[in-house]
Order: sequence, then C-alpha cells, then structure tokens
Amino acid sequence: MATTMITTLDRSSRAAARGLSDISIRNLFIIPTILFLIVFNIFPLIYSLGYSFTDFRASTNAPANFVGLQNYRDLLNDPYVWSNFAITAKYVIISVAGQLLVGFGVAMLLNRDIPMKGLLTTLLLLPMMLSMAVVGLFWKLLYDPSFGIINYALGLGTFEWLADPKMALYAVALTDIWMWSPFVMLLSLAGLSAVPKHLYEAAAIDRAGPFYTFFRITLPLVAPILMIAVIFRTMEAFKTFDLAYILTSQPTAELISIRLYKMAFQEWQTGRSCAMAYIVLIMVLAITNIYVKYLNKVKER
Amino acid sequence: MAAVRTSSEVAFNRAAIVAVLVVTIIFLAPIYWIASTAFKPRNLATTIPPTIVFQPEISPFVKLFTKRSQLRSPPTPEEYAAAPWWERVVFDGGEKIVRDGKGAVQWSGYPNRFMNSLIVAITSTVLAVGMGTFTAYGFSRFRVKGEADLLFFILSTRMLPPVVVAIPMFLMYRAVGLNDSHLGLIILYTAFNLSFSVWLMKGFIDEIPKEYEEAALVDGYTRMEAFFKIVLPEAATGIAATAVFCFITAWNEYAFALIMTNRRAQTAPPFIPSQVGSGLPDWTVIAAGTFLFLLPVAIFTFLLRNHLLRGMSFGAIRK
Repeated sequence: MATTMITTLDRSSRAAARGLSDISIRNLFIIPTILFLIVFNIFPLIYSLGYSFTDFRASTNAPANFVGLQNYRDLLNDPYVWSNFAITAKYVIISVAGQLLVGFGVAMLLNRDIPMKGLLTTLLLLPMMLSMAVVGLFWKLLYDPSFGIINYALGLGTFEWLADPKMALYAVALTDIWMWSPFVMLLSLAGLSAVPKHLYEAAAIDRAGPFYTFFRITLPLVAPILMIAVIFRTMEAFKTFDLAYILTSQPTAELISIRLYKMAFQEWQTGRSCAMAYIVLIMVLAITNIYVKYLNKVKER
Repeated sequence: MAAVRTSSEVAFNRAAIVAVLVVTIIFLAPIYWIASTAFKPRNLATTIPPTIVFQPEISPFVKLFTKRSQLRSPPTPEEYAAAPWWERVVFDGGEKIVRDGKGAVQWSGYPNRFMNSLIVAITSTVLAVGMGTFTAYGFSRFRVKGEADLLFFILSTRMLPPVVVAIPMFLMYRAVGLNDSHLGLIILYTAFNLSFSVWLMKGFIDEIPKEYEEAALVDGYTRMEAFFKIVLPEAATGIAATAVFCFITAWNEYAFALIMTNRRAQTAPPFIPSQVGSGLPDWTVIAAGTFLFLLPVAIFTFLLRNHLLRGMSFGAIRK
C-alpha cells in the first residue's frame, strides 16, 4: 500500500522532528473515538450482560439476585417471544420484498432519458429522509377508516387498516415500503448506470430478447449492489421500532423491538429484558457481519 | 443511446415516463397531504370526500404555538378589534389564547421541544463530525494495526438496535442524573453518529491525493499544519455532507428520545405523537407541527442530492 510511504517516515528526519510524530498524531486522532465508543456502547452492553443473569427490576429497590441462565431459558421457552420473532420475520420478508420490487422497478423505469430526471429522483428520495415516527404518525390519518385518503382513493369504503388484527402488520409494512423503496431505488440506479452500454448494444446485435437481456446482463451486474440494499434493509426492518410502535398497538403487529421495549420500560423486567436484548443483539451482529463483507466487496471494485 | 429506435421502443419509453410521473405523484401524496392539512381550517381536515381546494389558513400554526381555552361567548366587537390578527383566526374557531396575569401569551409545549431538537441535533453533529474527521484521517493516512477489525467494530456500534443500548444506558443515566437532560441525549446521538461519520469521512479523505500533504511536509509544514491547512479545506464538501447526514439522523431519532426524556429535554419526535392523546385529535395542529419539523430535512435533502448515494451506503458506493 502507498500509506507505508508516509507512516515509515524516518524518525530522525527533519519532518518528523518538527511537531508531533506521526505515530502520536495517529493515536491522538483515533484513540479518543475508540474510547468514546467503548465507554458509551460497549461498556453499557457489558453492564447489561451482567444484569441478564439476574432478576433485577429497575422499578423497585430490591437488590438483584443472581439467577444464572434462568432468563434465557424462560425466554427461549416462551411461546409469546417466539411469536414475536415470527411476526418480525413475516414483517421483514413483506417489507423488504416490497421495497425490492418497488425500488428496483422504479429504478428500471427511471434508467433512461427523462426530462427533469434529477428533480424527479430527488423528489422520489424524499420519504426515506423523513422521521419515521413523525411521518408514521400522519399515516394514521391516511389510514383512517372513515376519512383517510387511502380508503377514499382506493374506494375501500371503511376498510380497517390499523384496527384489524389481521391487517395491522401489513399496514405497517406498507408504510415502510413507502419510506424505504427510495433507498433500494437509489442503490439500484447506481448499479444500473454502471452497466456498460456496449453490453446492451452487443445483445441488440445478437437479437437478444428483453427477457434474455434482463436476466443475463442487467440482473447479474446489478446484483452485488442490490444485495447490499437487501441486507441493509433486512437489518433495519428487523430492528423496526418507531413505525410499528406509533402506528398500532395490535398484538399481531408486536415486533421484537416493541416486545423488548415493553418488557424493559413498561413491565420493568430489567434482568429479563437484558437477556432478550442479548438475543436480539447477536442476531443483529450476525447480519452486520454479512453486510460489511458485501460493502467491502463492492468497495474494492 | 442506441442509434436506431423502433416505434415500439419509443412507445415503451413514453409509457415508462408516464409511469414514473404516476409513481412520483403517489410517493409525494402523503407529504403533500401533511403540507396541505397544515393550512386547513379544522372542519376541512377530515372531510369525505377529502378537501383538495380550500382557502389556506394560518390558524393551525397559531394553535401549534399557543395554549388556548374554549370561548364561553363570542368575543365582543371591542375585544375582536383589540386582538392581534393572529388571535382573530383562533376566535373564529371558538377559542381564545391563554394569557398569564401580565397579559403575556402562554406558549404550548411545541416551541420548547423544537428548540431541544435543535440543541441536541446541532451539538451532537458538531461533536460526531469533528471527532469523525480526525479519526478518518488517522485511518486514511497511517497504518493502523487491525484496521479492518477496528472499522468493523466502529460500524457495528451504529447497527445496535436503539432499544438494546437504551436499557443499560437508562440505568446508568439514572445513576448519574443524566436522564431527561440535553447532555444525555447529545452523548447518545454523538456515539450513534460517530461511526457513520468515520466511515463517510474516510471515503472523502481517501480521495484527497496524499501528494498535497507530502508537498506541504517538504515545504516545512508540520503534519498538524498540513492536516488543518491542506486536508481540511480540501475535505470541506465531505465534511458538510457528513454533517447534514448526522444532523438529519439526530433530528429524526425517536426511540432514544422516547426512553431517555420526558419533559425538560424532550425533542420533537416523541412530543408530536403525544399530542394525539385521547379523543378526536386536531389533525391540522399535528400537521402544522409535522410540517415545520420536516421542512429543514426536506431542504437539506435537496442540498444533499448528489451525496445521498454515498451517505446511504456509508461511503462504500461513490458513483
């Protein structure tokens, strides 16, 4: 690597003698950040790992008793927790699949000469920049059975979106699709514009049909970036809290983060919720690991 | 573009453009509905069929900022004439603005929450981008042992679910009295944005040729001088883009704010939903609060438009 040229600067040289050495500058620049993250992210996690083996309740002054793996055993044997995981899995699949279809579809449509393309793209990207909690709240009005514009526009009469236990999760996913399809679209556009034009010209000369061109040229070349979009959205959807918490209180739409929040801050089962947090954390870190691998892969190109 | 175009291709192209316009309209409809509801009189906010054309009003914003009480009887002509223009619009809705003994207007909770959002978002952005820029330079220019692992560690802190981190942080903050304080939220948001800032800034600094600093070092600059006088000005665009992203993230954050604050330091995102409460909510007031809250982000999105891809992929995809 080229960096060696700078870092192996001769210590006795004139440049190194002036001011701080490169090594101390490097440490001065990097160590505070690492320490900050350790103190405010890693230390709290170690703290909660300790509590996850106790029956501590933050709402009382009773001392915490060590209960070993009891919390973990209880959680993994609790059918409610399993149903929360099942609901979350369903939510992740619906919402990520929806975003992939809509986002990639719109990107395919946009990937041509269109007047005011830049403006249209920016406008389409707007939803993902907005606050999930605040905009999510307003979707309550849009979903309202008697005067919501969604029922009016679709001619659904007084269809219950959020109050119907069967529908609530889909309604949350629909709002999430609205917010985050733009993200998939943004990444897909980058992938599509990177496909060399001469491949399409060659395909046209060979009289390849549109399906053949799509499945043999477009899709394979866009796939790595699409993969990044899918993994990232999967991780985010798995963590979803704001949107579902604001939109509905249906037990059928109780995602894992909401269960965790209720357990920790409404039922005050602090020890148990710490154990639950660890189960969630391990899953998130596993997905993060895959995500970073793909990010680095795309970066190397 | 292909040299020869068949008529079916042209037709397909046109259809695609129409489809894009339709999709754009559908995507923007909810945002338009927020903006238009913010200027509606209350009785037009929840009508069937929906009211699309109406005389815009400022009353939702007056209601958003003030405390009001029901009028027992309509105001006398003298009272009406004495009232400032912004109070008259509230009279029309059968309400009056609450004043204290000295006649000063009583504010609602909104302006305070908006200020809290500004304080917390701006301070945490400055801290995260400042520290992030130094760290990114360190990673970009020097050899660091276990660089890939450290960078993964840094990014992984960003991916932690807020509720998971919030449980121990709540207990720790409670022990040291940081619950419901600006400082408490600022620390959390700085930590949350720091990893993002390091990754994004590293991408920007990687793009600045090392030769610039090397030339400066040869000219007798110290490494620090070269960093402040050569690298930072070159990275200005990157720093601005990173700052805007960090600001938006902190501005929009909900879960930490919900758990860690309740009054004094509460930001707008947990406050706005709490206005709904029980009974029939006044959607025009909620829309007005939402509109003002979303406005800075919408403006920033336009300023950021060329950096969105990069920011959203943590600097990995640069185009």
